[in-house]
Amino acid sequence: AGGGSGPVGSAAEDGGPSAPERVLFPPTFSVSEIKNKQRRHFMFLRWKQQQRKEKLAAKKKRRKEREALGDRAPPKAIPKTIENQRVYDETTVDPNDEEVAFDEATDEFAPYFNRQTVPKILITTSDRPRGRTVRFCEQLSTVIPNSHVYYRRGLALKRIIPQCIARDFTDLIVINEDRKIPNGLVLSHLPDGPTAHFRMSSVRLRKEIKRKGKEPTEHVPEVILNNFTTRLGHSIGRMFASLFPHDPQFIGRQVATFHNQRDYIFFRFHRYIFKSEKKVGIQELGPRFTLKLRSLQKGTFDSKFGEYEWIHKRREMDTSRRKFHL
Amino acid sequence: FRTKTQNFCRNEYNLTGLCNRSSCPLANSQYATVREEKGRCYLYMKTIERAAFPRRLWERVLLSKNYEKALEEIDENLIYWPRFIRHKCKQRFTKITQYLIRIRKLTLKRQRKLVPLRRKIERREKRREEKALIAAQLDNAIEKELLERLKQDTYGDIYNFPIHAFDKALQQQDAESESESDAEKEEDDDEDMDKREFVEADDSDLSDFEDMDKLETSSEEEPEEEEEVEKKASHSKSKGKTPLKGPARRKRPYIEIEYEKETEPTTKTKAA
Repeated sequence: AGGGSGPVGSAAEDGGPSAPERVLFPPTFSVSEIKNKQRRHFMFLRWKQQQRKEKLAAKKKRRKEREALGDRAPPKAIPKTIENQRVYDETTVDPNDEEVAFDEATDEFAPYFNRQTVPKILITTSDRPRGRTVRFCEQLSTVIPNSHVYYRRGLALKRIIPQCIARDFTDLIVINEDRKIPNGLVLSHLPDGPTAHFRMSSVRLRKEIKRKGKEPTEHVPEVILNNFTTRLGHSIGRMFASLFPHDPQFIGRQVATFHNQRDYIFFRFHRYIFKSEKKVGIQELGPRFTLKLRSLQKGTFDSKFGEYEWIHKRREMDTSRRKFHL
Repeated sequence: FRTKTQNFCRNEYNLTGLCNRSSCPLANSQYATVREEKGRCYLYMKTIERAAFPRRLWERVLLSKNYEKALEEIDENLIYWPRFIRHKCKQRFTKITQYLIRIRKLTLKRQRKLVPLRRKIERREKRREEKALIAAQLDNAIEKELLERLKQDTYGDIYNFPIHAFDKALQQQDAESESESDAEKEEDDDEDMDKREFVEADDSDLSDFEDMDKLETSSEEEPEEEEEVEKKASHSKSKGKTPLKGPARRKRPYIEIEYEKETEPTTKTKAA
């Protein structure tokens, strides 16, 4: 049937499939007006081929022009990426902004950054954690120094919090689990600090990472926070930074990275070694996961009466592909 | 409705739930059930006298909240009724109270809120995450950041890369020798006292340099022990020049002069 349509074809298919350049369509003709599906498809393919040829020819011409001009050629156009086209966020932090600096000096993390408090972290899960979550909790506790894992059977979070404060914990991490895999993270700074609720995805345990390294040692790792540009991003970044003790032990050569890209925060844990002053080798050890911020609450964890500083509203915030909030 | 093994009755007044001749409320003219509404249990009764009045057909009696008293009430109300109905009513009442108790207990504990996943959104999020991961180029970013930190000297003196440090030293030394020669020319125009002071300072510094030389040569002979004694870093790969930065720093404001120890005295003598 495909071969039959060729010779049977109507007058509109003049010139046959062999020479697309010489096809002349009447000016008001559009490929979508042909009622016959087979013919329409055929014409569309031909049109596409023609477009591709034209594009190739244009590219060649441009390249020849550039070579002909040599040094005087205009600089290459920068390709558009999503990061380039990002909608400018008015809450982007300028490094020299005084108001932000003042805010940060007086917010809840100030005592940490002034080195008055040492972080002590409690990691726990939702009810009845299953295998993967348990192992993930253990690995997380080796990554973050001075952290303890406690399982709770049916204890309400609201009642745990005063106990934690009484025992001098500075942070609380709750890993929520669904169908045996961890999928949510609640990070709460304890003495009445902000609470951030994340959705966690692509969790890789240590044995699933392709590497040949050993386990993380007890040394305090360094922290890298990348790309936290807006006010919201800044406060989340400070939250992450306050999990780790302030003085990294460079002997350990370990680094924990929180990299924000398009509102996804990637966590990695590496060991680095400087091979020369221009080259560094990194080896991944430790678990990895990605987080996406769902909500940030002013006080400690309270889902009903808490005062929300930021919630991800899907209808309003997901409308543009180039708008990011962190 | 039928399942493989049983018939179930859809009538809401049914006592047992099965569709039998003996437990069908439509088939029996004398019938009773226990039903609950908003946490309270009622006994519903149907007698043949009211069969002509559909609105008044089912008589409702509120049962007490106390379990035993309610059982007695059932007995009282169904006193001359067939055993089957009495028995089944009490059984049903028992079951209802049990599940009401369970509901009350559960509402006190934290309830798990089931939030439905939206498939389209999940797919979108996953896709976006993958693209973001590719765009992030994590390894490169981390390496860059670490090199930045190395350049800005946050690691202190743990890592000794002689080429880098040497270049830096050279550059700084060049800059400073130029500024020094300018300073010396200016000071030549000053009074003698100043010159003398200047010269004396030079002498002392020269002597310092001689000490430096000795120190340095000795340290080059015995790299390991001296530097470990001098420096606190345990991992330093010691090459001869850089460890002296420390003591040199303390003695003179100009840091890298010991590298150019041959040319330095010559510039001084020219000035003097």
